[in-house]
Amino acid sequence: MSTHNIKVDDHTGTATTGHEWDGIAELNTPLPRWWLWTFYACILWAIGYWIVYPAWPIPGGFTKGMFGWSSRNEVAQNVAELQQLRAPGVAKLQAASVADIEKNPELLAIARQHGGAAFANNCAPCHGAGAQGAIGYPNLNDDDWLWGGKSADIQQTIEHGIRWDADKDTRSGAMPSFGKDGTLKADEIKNVVQYVRSLSGLPNEGGADLAKGKQIFADNCAACHGAEGKGTQEMGAPNLTDKIWLYGSDTATITNRVVNGGGGQMPAWTGRLDPVTIKALTVYVHTLGGGK
Amino acid sequence: MAQASLPAKSMRVGEMGLMAAMAGLAAFSLLVASKAWTPEYGFHAWLFVIGSVAAIGAIFKYYSSRPAETPQMIDGLPNYNYGPVKFSALMGVFWGIAGFTVGLLVALELAFPELINGLPWTNFGRLRPLHTSAVIFAFGGNVLLATSLYVVQRTSRARLAGELAPWFVVLGYNFFILIAGTGYLLGITRSHEYAEPEWYAILWLVVVWVTYLLVFLGTLWKRAEPHIYVANWFYLAFIVTIAMLVLGNNTEVPVSIYSSKSYPVWSGVQDAMIQWWYGHNAVGFFLTAGFLAIMYYFVPKRADRPVYSYRLSIVHFWALIFLYIWAGPHHLHYTALPDWAQTLGMTFSIILWMPSWGGMINGLMTLSGAWDKLRTDPVLRMLVVSVAFYGMSTFEGPLMSVKAVNALSHYTDWGIGHVHSGSLGWVGFVSFGALYCLIPWVFNRKLYSLKLVDWHFWLATIGIVFYISAMWVAGIMQGLMWRAYTPEGFLQYSFVETVEAMHPMYVIRALGGGLFVLGSLIMAYNFYKTLTASQTEEVAGRPALAPAE
Repeated sequence: MSTHNIKVDDHTGTATTGHEWDGIAELNTPLPRWWLWTFYACILWAIGYWIVYPAWPIPGGFTKGMFGWSSRNEVAQNVAELQQLRAPGVAKLQAASVADIEKNPELLAIARQHGGAAFANNCAPCHGAGAQGAIGYPNLNDDDWLWGGKSADIQQTIEHGIRWDADKDTRSGAMPSFGKDGTLKADEIKNVVQYVRSLSGLPNEGGADLAKGKQIFADNCAACHGAEGKGTQEMGAPNLTDKIWLYGSDTATITNRVVNGGGGQMPAWTGRLDPVTIKALTVYVHTLGGGK
Repeated sequence: MAQASLPAKSMRVGEMGLMAAMAGLAAFSLLVASKAWTPEYGFHAWLFVIGSVAAIGAIFKYYSSRPAETPQMIDGLPNYNYGPVKFSALMGVFWGIAGFTVGLLVALELAFPELINGLPWTNFGRLRPLHTSAVIFAFGGNVLLATSLYVVQRTSRARLAGELAPWFVVLGYNFFILIAGTGYLLGITRSHEYAEPEWYAILWLVVVWVTYLLVFLGTLWKRAEPHIYVANWFYLAFIVTIAMLVLGNNTEVPVSIYSSKSYPVWSGVQDAMIQWWYGHNAVGFFLTAGFLAIMYYFVPKRADRPVYSYRLSIVHFWALIFLYIWAGPHHLHYTALPDWAQTLGMTFSIILWMPSWGGMINGLMTLSGAWDKLRTDPVLRMLVVSVAFYGMSTFEGPLMSVKAVNALSHYTDWGIGHVHSGSLGWVGFVSFGALYCLIPWVFNRKLYSLKLVDWHFWLATIGIVFYISAMWVAGIMQGLMWRAYTPEGFLQYSFVETVEAMHPMYVIRALGGGLFVLGSLIMAYNFYKTLTASQTEEVAGRPALAPAE
């Protein structure tokens, strides 16, 4: 290190190193002691941690640490603790039928806890946090059921899903696309749409011929939705007279449904949720308010 | 200018070579454009065609207007090459405002998800990488280019190595940004965080980056000072390590030269490990080492004080670059990554705490004897506050790398808060401070208004405080809600309830971001007025520019 340009800084009394770059000099201040000792302490702590926990790769594996700790074991232990915590309730739900659970206030409370947590984490993204539904996803609080509101119907829907092809027992049956496949012409669709609206007392928009609409309905729609439009739950065909709409009651939405048909999907939950959780979920949905 | 018409002038090998290379690139890109599998990739190939043809024109124009020989010294002073510095400094301002604004937009999209519906270009998934790349690589990258190309000349007392090469670096780098950014909007991405650009953008970047390294090394080689200044060690570490990281994390095979898509060689947890080795060291060597270099030049320069400790600068430099490279696995705690790798990532992060703080100590203690200047000089205040934020986030980082803390903080908005205390507070402020020094210096103008710098400082500071405290509250609340169980062993909250609970914090965060954007607009106005002012200010000790420029 060159010594010829070393100066002593007036303010700190420390010498410079004698170098200067574009007017910048450097003081020859020693390392701050607290900094150095803290640095050493961190290194010592790390060495200690390496001794206790798995740390360094070595031929044939890695150093296992003093207690053989592993994150896999920790997860297994945490899951076991949780299962133990849930065990008393799970055992009671396992032993009872849905009907028995709903009759017994203590069991009902356990099932609603268990089912409520499962609903919030699995069902709420589509059906809403309060099961209030959304466009295309039914409200589960009311007594209007697409595929049946008895607890057995609900359990069947949860287990096997709706139009979920991976499950052979899934609920199937979709509305044909009357417009797209040419079954109905534009004016026929217009008439039948207004007829459908009239079933729940909605006004005739665009001067459609309701009598013709009624005839078209009888020929094309009644097979699934019933002669009076009250729906058929075996086919998932909604009741069209109750003023509850899955997609909406406006002319454009209903026209879209008639033209394009199809239907929404729900996953099958068998295999994703254990049988007790599905049972609890069934109780939860059945007792939301509209269960039959 | 009379020199330009001297008959002795002939085209240099570099000029001819680069023109030939650009002609080759244009022809090749034309071929790719005609056979591209997707219109998005075809669009990029056309950008390469236009860019390389424009480059040929620019080189010819440069050749016609330059003197036969560029003097290395004028009147005994180095003939510094400020052209590329000016360009990248102004691009830094431009990309900064663009990146901050997109950040504000995505913050608003998080608070109000239905703000922009139905337009795929503006959905969160595409805008988020646009924001991160624009602020880190476009804003930060241009500030690093501008300051490094300035500092290496000044502290070496030598003109930049090469004449076309520095221009190739700054223009080529910004072309890379253009390709990367438009790619995100068009849906071209590798889906690796902070490493989204696809293979052809990376190939181009590698050519530019190697040129950058050569320009930097060549300038150091020519230096008239016996020693290499500490800022240049940090710049060099940044340039070399970023090259290594980008090459490592982009080991991938394109589906075809006519396709934008490529697949990484690594898969599964190995891909994750390489990705976070890259990701964390992008923080370490791009956002830390590079900006520490800025700190090491601009803080002592602006404070007019010697650097606090030469020894500390040596020890913390080597400790920092040795230790940072180990810390990546702390991004993968409690994943499929082997436990031993997680341990190493965590413990090296803890050991890294003091080496990081070495830079803070050297930055802050350099002010000793000049603290009174903070009252009167908002630029120095910005630089000093940046160092304080650096210290804060390099304490928070090791803390969050501890597995017990990480179990709470990981995947929550605490991480976002941590990143922004580092990026807005440290990287942002040290960049603003450096630009407020650099732009008046290289353009030989007096900064239009210190009062406006004061406004920028306070708006941005309050904005950062809003931002990071909102994210601390949101993140810790989110982490606690995720892990809350009922006594019967069921999750107490659903995911959507945590989102709902965070909404007010998201609004406050957007407000803080808005103040930060406002501050940067004031900075842009200040620079606009500085550059359009009629009078030039002769800054003491700074040589006049070469006639050719």
